[in-house]
Amino acid sequence: MTFRLRKANNSMNVFDIIGPVMIGPSSSHTAGAARLGQVARKILGAPAVRADITLCGSFAQTYRGHGTDKALIAGILGMNPDDERIRTSLQLADEQGLEYSFHTANLPGAHPNTARIALTDAQGHTSVIQGASVGGGNILVSEINGMRVAVTSQYNTLIVLHHDVPGVIAAITNVMACSGLNIGNFQLSRPQKGGHAVMTIEVDGDVPPALTDSLKVLPNVISVELIEAV
Amino acid sequence: MLTYDTIESLCRAAEEAGQPISQVVLADQAGQMEASPEALYARMLDSLRVMQKAVQAGMAPDLRSASGLAGGDAAKMQAYAATGGLTGTFLNHAIARALAVSEYNACMGKIVAAPTAGSCGIIPGTLLSVLDEGRCTEHQAVMALFTAGAIGMVIANRAFIAGAQGGCQAECGSAAAMAAAALVEVSGGSPRQCADACAMALKNQLGLVCDPVAGLVEVPCVKRNVGGIAVAFTAAEMALAGIRSRIPVDECIDAMREVGEALPCSLRETAQGGLAATPTGQAVKKRIFGTQED
Repeated sequence: MTFRLRKANNSMNVFDIIGPVMIGPSSSHTAGAARLGQVARKILGAPAVRADITLCGSFAQTYRGHGTDKALIAGILGMNPDDERIRTSLQLADEQGLEYSFHTANLPGAHPNTARIALTDAQGHTSVIQGASVGGGNILVSEINGMRVAVTSQYNTLIVLHHDVPGVIAAITNVMACSGLNIGNFQLSRPQKGGHAVMTIEVDGDVPPALTDSLKVLPNVISVELIEAV
Repeated sequence: MLTYDTIESLCRAAEEAGQPISQVVLADQAGQMEASPEALYARMLDSLRVMQKAVQAGMAPDLRSASGLAGGDAAKMQAYAATGGLTGTFLNHAIARALAVSEYNACMGKIVAAPTAGSCGIIPGTLLSVLDEGRCTEHQAVMALFTAGAIGMVIANRAFIAGAQGGCQAECGSAAAMAAAALVEVSGGSPRQCADACAMALKNQLGLVCDPVAGLVEVPCVKRNVGGIAVAFTAAEMALAGIRSRIPVDECIDAMREVGEALPCSLRETAQGGLAATPTGQAVKKRIFGTQED
């Protein structure tokens, strides 16, 4: 018998197999969920005081048994997928003044492990992300504040929220070029002309912390968040 | 540079270098990840430490998962192991270790997915047993994790390591194959013997379905990790005795892929077939999730 080899996954290394180090019981239901929570918290840009989470598919069916609820809340509180406090995150949320609610729903066409996370900070600012846990702790964020994105967490990814005016892309990519960063993938999305827009920029290698700071001060840039690769 | 598309090529690279598989893998991964071998070794040592802590924490008698289905069995096994049981203290303590890590995973403890969370008890149950019983050094055990990892990479590239794709053979089967190779290496076996152990372990798990009750990583996953260590130990023993696999290891992996693709969807982590579909499995599901189903 002969088999066609799958395309070798160049980004796979030995720690993808002996790893990740994570909190059980399931890389999809806990590790991936914690990462989705972290992304939601990063997009909000401040500690959340309220989280309204909608779960669909397998997440909706089994979230209590798998601790998906605890992992999502832990991520929103800023914990990593290997943080041993995940088990007690619901109590920590109470202590830290984070109110939360979980709902289940059918989101048409969504991946079976999808969560929609709406957060509110103390000033009343809100953000909404929708994403899926796609296996092995990997995630795919498909929507940020109503804008379609595709953040895979395979690469370090910059999420740049900005005003939809001329010159912003050039300014951002120029700063990145000057710091020697190679862009592997670039996506731009906007719900309508002249409003807000979002850039999803996957880069090769590490992103220096100073870079996000120098991007944030560019004209018409609202926020810059780095989502680190799994 | 190694491509991790056949175990045969890993074997040859090790034989040509006159080194164990782990050493050529460590050197290769350091190159590919642009890091020093020392840094990768230190990171793998950290993973070994997480496994050791999970064994310890998982032995707690009062450990229980949210569903109540898992926890406490490692403690029972540990107490029984002291008596020697049927097969001696070594295997019984190994069973206890595998149960401990798997149960700790079910109870939201910190573990190392190897290759997955559902199969995380097999490598600790085997490799840490050999280490704890003083039959290899810590250095050998850490290095053997690179061998196990490389085997897993080939399986992931040629077939799959997710139950949703290939059934439990892809998770516990892969883990047993990885563990078998690691056991042979720490016991002084050749790269060829590692490959044979890997093949024999895979062959003995071929066709194993993924049928988790209520979709949780608990029943039968915890006990299948114990099955995995039994398969890994027996495959390693056969290889060390000089017994060859009649089917080359890469062909065994291809067979696993073919079998996995032929499995119906109900037996690939959907909780719709096998043990999940039994009357008791259904009743358990209703008890845990009855109030929140769509």
